[in-house]
Amino acid sequence: MGLSDIKLFKIRGGVHPFENKQATAGSKIISVPLADRLYIPLQQHIGAPAEPIIKRGDKVLKGQLLANSQGAISAPVHAPTSGRVIAIKKYPAPHPSGLPVRTIIIEPDGEQRWIDSSFSYHDPFSLDPDEISARVAAAGIVGMGGATFPSAVKLNLRKRFKLNQLVINAAECEPYLTCDDQLMREHADEIVEGIRIMMHALQVKKATVAIEANKPEAIKTMAAACADIPEITVVKVPVQYPMGSEKHLVQTLTGKETPARALTADIGIVVHNVATAHAVQQCIRYGLPLIDRVVTVSGGAVKKPGNFLTPIGTPVSLLFDMADGFISEPARIIGGGPMMGQPLPGTQVPIVKGSGGLLALTKDEIAEKQAMPCIRCGGCVTVCPCGLLPLEMAIRARNNQLDAAVDFGLMDCIACGSCSYVCPSHIPLVQYFNFAKGALTEKQRAKHKQEETRRLAESRNIRMEAQAKAKREAMVKRKAEMAAKKAQQAKEKNHKEASA
Amino acid sequence: MTASPISGPYTHEKTSISRTMIWVMVALTPATAFGIYQFGLPALWLFLITIFACVIAEAVSLYIAGKPIKLYLFDGSAILTGWLLAMTLPPWAPWWIAVVGAFLAIVVGKQVFGGIGQNLFNPAMVARVALLISFPLEMTSWVAPHPLFTEISPGFIESLHITFNLQNEFDATSSATILGHIKTELGRGISLPEIWVDTFNPFSLAMGTVSGSLGETSVILILVGGLLLLFLRIISWHIPVSMILSITILATLFNWIDPQHYPHALYHLLSGATLLGAFFIATDLVTSPITKKGQLLFGAGCGALVFIIRTWAGFPEGMAFAVMLMNGLTPLIDHYIKPRVYGRTHKGEPITYDSDAR
Repeated sequence: MGLSDIKLFKIRGGVHPFENKQATAGSKIISVPLADRLYIPLQQHIGAPAEPIIKRGDKVLKGQLLANSQGAISAPVHAPTSGRVIAIKKYPAPHPSGLPVRTIIIEPDGEQRWIDSSFSYHDPFSLDPDEISARVAAAGIVGMGGATFPSAVKLNLRKRFKLNQLVINAAECEPYLTCDDQLMREHADEIVEGIRIMMHALQVKKATVAIEANKPEAIKTMAAACADIPEITVVKVPVQYPMGSEKHLVQTLTGKETPARALTADIGIVVHNVATAHAVQQCIRYGLPLIDRVVTVSGGAVKKPGNFLTPIGTPVSLLFDMADGFISEPARIIGGGPMMGQPLPGTQVPIVKGSGGLLALTKDEIAEKQAMPCIRCGGCVTVCPCGLLPLEMAIRARNNQLDAAVDFGLMDCIACGSCSYVCPSHIPLVQYFNFAKGALTEKQRAKHKQEETRRLAESRNIRMEAQAKAKREAMVKRKAEMAAKKAQQAKEKNHKEASA
Repeated sequence: MTASPISGPYTHEKTSISRTMIWVMVALTPATAFGIYQFGLPALWLFLITIFACVIAEAVSLYIAGKPIKLYLFDGSAILTGWLLAMTLPPWAPWWIAVVGAFLAIVVGKQVFGGIGQNLFNPAMVARVALLISFPLEMTSWVAPHPLFTEISPGFIESLHITFNLQNEFDATSSATILGHIKTELGRGISLPEIWVDTFNPFSLAMGTVSGSLGETSVILILVGGLLLLFLRIISWHIPVSMILSITILATLFNWIDPQHYPHALYHLLSGATLLGAFFIATDLVTSPITKKGQLLFGAGCGALVFIIRTWAGFPEGMAFAVMLMNGLTPLIDHYIKPRVYGRTHKGEPITYDSDAR
């Protein structure tokens, strides 16, 4: 239907960080050449890590399955190019812990030979929805907005919930990032086809593409691309961080809040990122697995910021080379946006499926200051989009009063960082919350382990007792039998003697 | 490259405690400058001594507490406390009032609670109330305006005599504040219309060419500073507006019931510390509620208490008492008034929808 002025609803709080998108807005997507080595972590998604099916020394072809998904929530990984597997070992990954992750290292042969695919194109709309989600799962597609939740699992939500709408998250509310913006400008038709495929997979009749008002070109292109499709509308949403939080985006569009501890699917809506829609289209139409993605390389320390189509596994150092290197020594290198991104442990780490941005920020940009005591200004309360009291949560987290922090809403916190962003005392609130959440998980795990141990011990006791009892009973029985036998023999003997 | 594994965000609004403090001081500057002009050099000495004493008290407290002196001293909070205290003192008060006040504000009002952010009461108001009760004579000795560069303004030597309590032979014109005057006259059983005739001049009250505390007199210049803070979002409108509204409504109501004994709202708004309190004192971040709703309640409470104290209590002005009383209620307000959490009801249960409404 194109652009629509539906009535939008206000969300609470939020901030307006300096956008800094102008550096890369409108930068054409440039393909990144192959690196000398590609590093493909087995865990690029939420859920269980994939399990390799190839071994060191194997030759692999582009698009070949390297590792299988494990369990219900997991995703496979594929070879981004043809070459030789030179190692499967632990390697630093763009993960908050900075800890090494099991990684397949490929030395490209430069021939870019595709795997012989038996793929043949079918009209996607004649496919069974289950078939679509199965193919999406097999292509290793995960949420490309950064959350990296396996997309197929979300496409299967129709089985558990009554759905009415697909929302495409193209808000791209993080400062600096323009990868979604540029993808929409250059590949609107493919994205729209991807949206239609996803609508079919979810069996919904309606889709809304939500784009923040600071991307007029993308809005125009997307509106034109779906002008003839009455089921898809493009909606311009206000520029307000964290508009890209899916629960807040849904509230903006429908006025409905997702109940606490529930999914947007509980109110009939599934949200997918716009780049995910593109990946789904590539998978269903061409049979392509997810082996590359668009990455915005930006930040004040970067000489020539831009958007780059990057094979998964490319070391970030190569991307910085593509951007002509640094103007000044970066104070921080961030994967993702500056609000919710992760600091990278170095430039050797690879680009993964969830890497939308790669930022080299100057000291000025990060504006890090010595943390001062809280002056109870309430700024964090005003901006919290979840209606929490960040200052009270932080005090509890800091004093290790985890239960009290939970009472103040720790588990309702989406870690958007709005509170830290405005804090005049520069208190690292999100750091405290992450610490408390981690400690809480640890505690729960320990408790779970303890309970599990107790349960196992108890069931062992029961089992042993049952065995002992069975043994005893068997013994008694045998004794009885023996006695009966003896008696019988004696009787027979007596009988014989008597008869003799 | 910094490698400390600290969570984001990796960008920050251009804010800091010292930035906030500096802007508040900028906003106070017009009214302060006018006060110093109007009451001459003794007011300037008092202003400087108060701030200097506050900074010294802060530095000593920080030293005793073993906190990094340079870091905390330069956040500007001690200077601002001193500045605000000075603005509420009688302009020709002696030097020791400033020094005792600074000690009360910084040590008793702030540092014994644990320093910045920890104090329950507004430090400047703690000092003002304690001074008023302990030294009622010095704290209620008002002078008429003696503007700088005029003949009646005390000269350099004379001003030192005034401030440092030496043989003071300067012939000052003392003058009650309008709040004090009206309180006295009403107490003598004279009705308002009679008192009004030659005392209430809204124009001079707005300009500030009347007797009063060092920085409280010029309503217009205080308003200019307050609007600057609102514009810069250093303060939000909730406390000033609810406070002014609550005074206005109460005053108008009683004036309507009995105009002989209850002055109208304009009188309350233009006199004493009403506007200074509404924009600069009650809005103190540390001692006011953290939620906007709580701030509305807080402001309304301050306004009501100011009216009640001025009207029926023994003191002609009640701003300091009102703010301190409401400061005491702030933890309670913050306990009961909390925002609703996303996806939850006010009681904290997850919200539910009727299945039909989906």
